[in-house]
Amino acid sequence: MSSTLPPNRLSSSWGDSMIMLRRNLRHSMRNPITVFQSVLFPVVMMLMFVEVFGGAFDTGEAEYIDYATPGLLVMAISYGLGATSAAVNDDMRKGIINRFRTMDVSRAAVLNGHVVVTAVRCMVACAAIIAVAFTLGFDPHASAPDWLGVFGLVLLVSFGAAWLTVALGLAAKTPESAGLATVPLIMLPFVSSAFVPADTMGTGVRQFVEYQPFTPIIETLRGLLDGQHASTGDTVAAFAWSIGFAIVGYAWAVSTFKKRA
Amino acid sequence: MTTRSAIAVTGLRKAYGGKAVLDGIDFEVAAGTVFSMLGPNGAGKTTTVNILTTLITADAGTVYVDGHDVATATKAVRSAIGVTGQFAAVDDLLTGRENLQMMADLRRLRSGDRLVGDLLERFDLVESAQKLVSTYSGGMRRKLDLAMTLVGSPRIIFLDEPTTGLDPRSRRTMWGIVRELVAAGTTIFLTTQYLDEADHLSDRIAVLDQGRLIAEGTADELKRQVPGTHVRLRFADAETLDAAARILPGSTRDDQELALRVPGDAGTASLRSLLDRLDEYALNAEELSVHTPDLDDVFLALTERTTHLEAVAK
Repeated sequence: MSSTLPPNRLSSSWGDSMIMLRRNLRHSMRNPITVFQSVLFPVVMMLMFVEVFGGAFDTGEAEYIDYATPGLLVMAISYGLGATSAAVNDDMRKGIINRFRTMDVSRAAVLNGHVVVTAVRCMVACAAIIAVAFTLGFDPHASAPDWLGVFGLVLLVSFGAAWLTVALGLAAKTPESAGLATVPLIMLPFVSSAFVPADTMGTGVRQFVEYQPFTPIIETLRGLLDGQHASTGDTVAAFAWSIGFAIVGYAWAVSTFKKRA
Repeated sequence: MTTRSAIAVTGLRKAYGGKAVLDGIDFEVAAGTVFSMLGPNGAGKTTTVNILTTLITADAGTVYVDGHDVATATKAVRSAIGVTGQFAAVDDLLTGRENLQMMADLRRLRSGDRLVGDLLERFDLVESAQKLVSTYSGGMRRKLDLAMTLVGSPRIIFLDEPTTGLDPRSRRTMWGIVRELVAAGTTIFLTTQYLDEADHLSDRIAVLDQGRLIAEGTADELKRQVPGTHVRLRFADAETLDAAARILPGSTRDDQELALRVPGDAGTASLRSLLDRLDEYALNAEELSVHTPDLDDVFLALTERTTHLEAVAK
């Protein structure tokens, strides 16, 4: 009846991943709450911080928007994650996954679909943040390679956080607890140097802020955007944390998926 | 194992937490036939399907599906089978058409569009093809589920309780589709709790109870295992009943109903001799009916027998 194309392991895994990505993109587009939560909500938060609270913060920068934008990028990434962990968990309890498992479909494809769609959503949210930032008077001093660095780091953080979130979603027992499991990831940007400098905080909190993963990431982005590069320590830490997220998330996700699926 | 076997299972065992769910089962399914596995809830039917479809691994025994070992040639098995599980394996957030298209893409079919159109038509889903599956009724989801299983024309199809929860009309539609598939050479492995379903569709039936196959054969062979084919005669009055009981040895009488139960098969020869005998004595029955045991009787008799045997063993 229908002819099949010649099989090839790598290309078939890639093809399966693309089919799964298309599936997850459709899910994402058909769920307005996901779009609201991951794109609109960070923008609303941005308006609140910059237009409402910002005037009261003394960050040492002339314009608060210039200080806050890097942190808002990270916040935009973390807000997109809650929807993913719940979606992954929900997906696992559906019969459709069993169907994929009885078919000659690449095992990684299902997870790849979720990870890529999460990263895409994060990138869209970050683009929205940058666009709105410019309308609010954002005045970066970044060169073209700096912008490339910003793009690269945002992409890397998105992928790392996405793998970690997919793992959290797989490990959770219910979609509700899967959503809850990402709350620390969503809260972390608030307890970082995203909105006010770390050295304005009390002891204890300040140490936490300095050593938590999002602070070096935000500092590196801030350095790239204002043209005065962050310390090597921060830059190394930023990349190490992002890659670490990705490796731990990937390993955890794949082993949990094999156990569950 | 013969080359004609689509499925060959020997000594299959599976236990969960020390409790045997499948306690050494053997069966073979010839290519192009329908094999029904019949059993009550918890008998191990779904576990069997899950092992045969590579979802879980067996503790012991060998399973060949389409000539491939499920333990080692998983990939080859997966590309030969189609599975419709007990719970609709459809994507709620996609439309009916998108679900089918996704299957065609995953099977890398070149003429996917045409196939999807054909399946939508065949399963009477054209009108709702563009609607999200989350708006479908239970019967529509089942139909879409089966349609998705058929994409890529798998040689062996597993249907785990395919008609559970369907209305009688959808059930008939499902049966019709199963018959069409078999006519086209597909092998069907079916599990069901409904005896009439197994009776209508299957070439062979295996009865599974508490992880063991307690009987296997054609529907007729199974029915023959339980005695009980009899002719029931009802008379107008007690005198005729008395007279008839005297001339028909081995019969049992029911005085309240004025009826007589005469053991024997339902063949025309034995019926004729029974009628001749009544004629000979000028006896007239008001009503005659032939009772053959249905699979329900077989099932109850078989499962009771094993329960009884186990009770004795203890």
